[in-house]
Order: sequence, then C-alpha cells, then structure tokens
Amino acid sequence: MNSLEFTAMIFGGSLLAGFLGALTGLGGGVIIVPFLTQVFHVDIHYAIGAALVSVIATSSGAAAAYVREGYSNIRVGMFLEMATTAGALAGAALVAYLHASIIAIIFGFVLIYSALASFHEGSHARQDQGPDRIATLLRMDSTYPSSTGPKSYHVRGVPMGFLLMAVAGVLSGLLGIGSGAVKVLAMDKAMKLPFKVSTTTSNFMIGVTAAAGAGVYLSRGYIDPGLAMPVMLGVLAGSLTGARELAGAKVHILRVVFAFVIGALAIEMIYSGFTGRI
Amino acid sequence: MRTTQTDEHMDELIGLLLRVGVILAACIVLVGGVVYLAGHPYPSDYRVFRGEPERLRVVSGIFSDALAFHAQGLIQLGLLVLILTPIARVTFSVFAFLYQRDWMYVLFTLIVLALLLSSLLRPG
Repeated sequence: MNSLEFTAMIFGGSLLAGFLGALTGLGGGVIIVPFLTQVFHVDIHYAIGAALVSVIATSSGAAAAYVREGYSNIRVGMFLEMATTAGALAGAALVAYLHASIIAIIFGFVLIYSALASFHEGSHARQDQGPDRIATLLRMDSTYPSSTGPKSYHVRGVPMGFLLMAVAGVLSGLLGIGSGAVKVLAMDKAMKLPFKVSTTTSNFMIGVTAAAGAGVYLSRGYIDPGLAMPVMLGVLAGSLTGARELAGAKVHILRVVFAFVIGALAIEMIYSGFTGRI
Repeated sequence: MRTTQTDEHMDELIGLLLRVGVILAACIVLVGGVVYLAGHPYPSDYRVFRGEPERLRVVSGIFSDALAFHAQGLIQLGLLVLILTPIARVTFSVFAFLYQRDWMYVLFTLIVLALLLSSLLRPG
C-alpha cells in the first residue's frame, strides 16, 4: 500500500466517522480510535493523538454555529472548564504510565456507555427547582430563548457537576475523545440545566478540554503528522456535512444501527485488551 | 451586567474567531498534506509506537520546520493553530469578563488559560 492509498483510506473512514458522529450526536473522536486500532492496527497512542485533534476541529466548527443562538451558558461552561482542563492534563499525563491494553479496555467501556447514552433524549420538560445557594453565589442562573421569549432557569448541583466534569476531563485526556456524553450527563442530570443548554454548553467546553489534552499529546510525541492529517481533514469535512443533513435525516434508525456497530467495536476492543493483542 | 446587545456582538466575534481558526488550520494542514504526499511515497508503520522527534513536538521546532516548508512541520503547524483556537477563545473571554468587571470569572478564566498554556509550554 502506498502513501496515497493509505491516506485516502484513512480520509474516507474519517469522513464517514465524522458524518455519523455528527448525525448521531456521538462525535467523531469516539469512533476514530477503534477504527484506527481495530481496522488499521495503528498503535493506540497515535490513534488517540489523531482523534483528539479532530475533536477540537469538529467542536470549534460546531460551536461557531451554536454561540449565536444564545443557548450556551458561558459562566457555567467557564467554571466547569477548570475541572475539565485539569482533568484532561491529568488524563493525558496518565497515558504514559498505563499499558495500551488497559487504555483499550477503559475505552471499550466508555464507548458502550456513549452508545447507550445517545438514545437518551434528555429531560425536556422539567420543573424548575428554584435557586441554589452555590449557583447564586457563582451567578450561574440565566435564560434561554424559547418560542414565548427568553425563559429563565436555575442551576443546581454545582459540586456534583464539577466532580463529574473532572471525570469527563480525565477520560478526554486519557482516551482522546470529547466525552460529550459524560459532560451532558453532568449538566443535565446533576445540574438540572435545560437540555438544549446542556448540549450547547457541552460543545463549547469540548474544544477547550481537548486542547488541553492535545497540548500534552503534542509535546509527548503522540501526534503524527502523516496520520493526523487525513484524520483531521476527514472528520472535519464529515461532521460539517453531517450537521447540515441533521434536519432531514431519519436519525432514529441510523442511531440504532450505529449503536450496534459501536457496541461491536467496543467489545472487540475490550477483548483485544484482555488478550493483550493491542 | 452587560446588555443583550453587547452579548450578541461578543457571540458573533467568538463565532468568527472559531471559524477563522478552524479554516486556517485546515488550510495549513491541507498544504502540508499535499507536500507530504509528494515527498513520502510509502506510509510510516504506525503499528509500533516510537514517538515523534523533538522538532515535531515543541512549538519552536514546529515553527522552524514549517518555515523550511517541510511537509511534517507544516501539518504540525496547522494542528498547532487548531489547538490554539480554543485557547484564543478563552483569552477572549478573559477580556470579556474584565470588561464586565466580573472579577470572579476573570479569575476562573485565567486559571483555565494557565492550565491550557502549561500543557503546551512544558517540556515533554
């Protein structure tokens, strides 16, 4: 296989991963790693390096479109980013000390969780539970646009949200993923934010968290230009197309098919981890 | 408290910043990719992890390699621009909170910024 063929195949696979990641809301990073390690037998360090770079590209690309809609809560995002960036630095540092098999096994379980979480529609109609002492002190309560004008909401569960975000950061740095599923869990379930606010604020945070991990990866030599180039360009192009298609697609059927593919890849990764083939 | 008008204005600026960063990064990576494919007929073996050489790991090395128009240095420079895009956004937020005299959030944002820069500037 020559360089052009190799690059074209990685680009094609990344394009598909980015497209499906955007359509299903799973993100491209979580699919790229098993694709590179299981199909192309790429070492997991190179795979997570290339994936994390593509996560920054898709998150920033999508966030550019979202910020103007006024859903994301910048204060909540910035406060929680202290937890995610610190977590990401710790996670990325941890990669050097953990055996590739262990990373693969953790990855497999996170993959299964993400696939299951993509079916969760979120708590759309929720009774507002009134102000919370810490959230008030941190001036987090805000409003979001609705058909009947701006709707105000209260933020709750800040310590629990902060803790979960630190976990999301560690996973992002350790596995080269955006860990959007854990971020949405923290904001939707623990902090009781409206669902649209959770998802857009999560997107706002993914790029910053990934940048922290990617800085460590770059200086540790995990980011190989020959591999990261087709992955980054492919995932970016794919996710931009996917986001455009989102409105008219039969997302539910796709999500089911995709969840099975992800599940199979995850089990294969866990199996290779336990048998030491990775 | 800031008004909705300045809010919208800032959101537009942030959106523009992110878009420009990603497009610029993609263009540099693309140019580097073309040069790379022209000069590397066979792909590297990624099955065994070796780690990148110093010149592709540190910021100064990447700059000098890219200025010499080496393919790998160009791609790495594009990826560096990509990593810097969210960092630029956080920097922008520091000024936005300063403008609002929201000292608590200026502090939080500076902490995030320090963590981000530490990842890039510390030796591997």
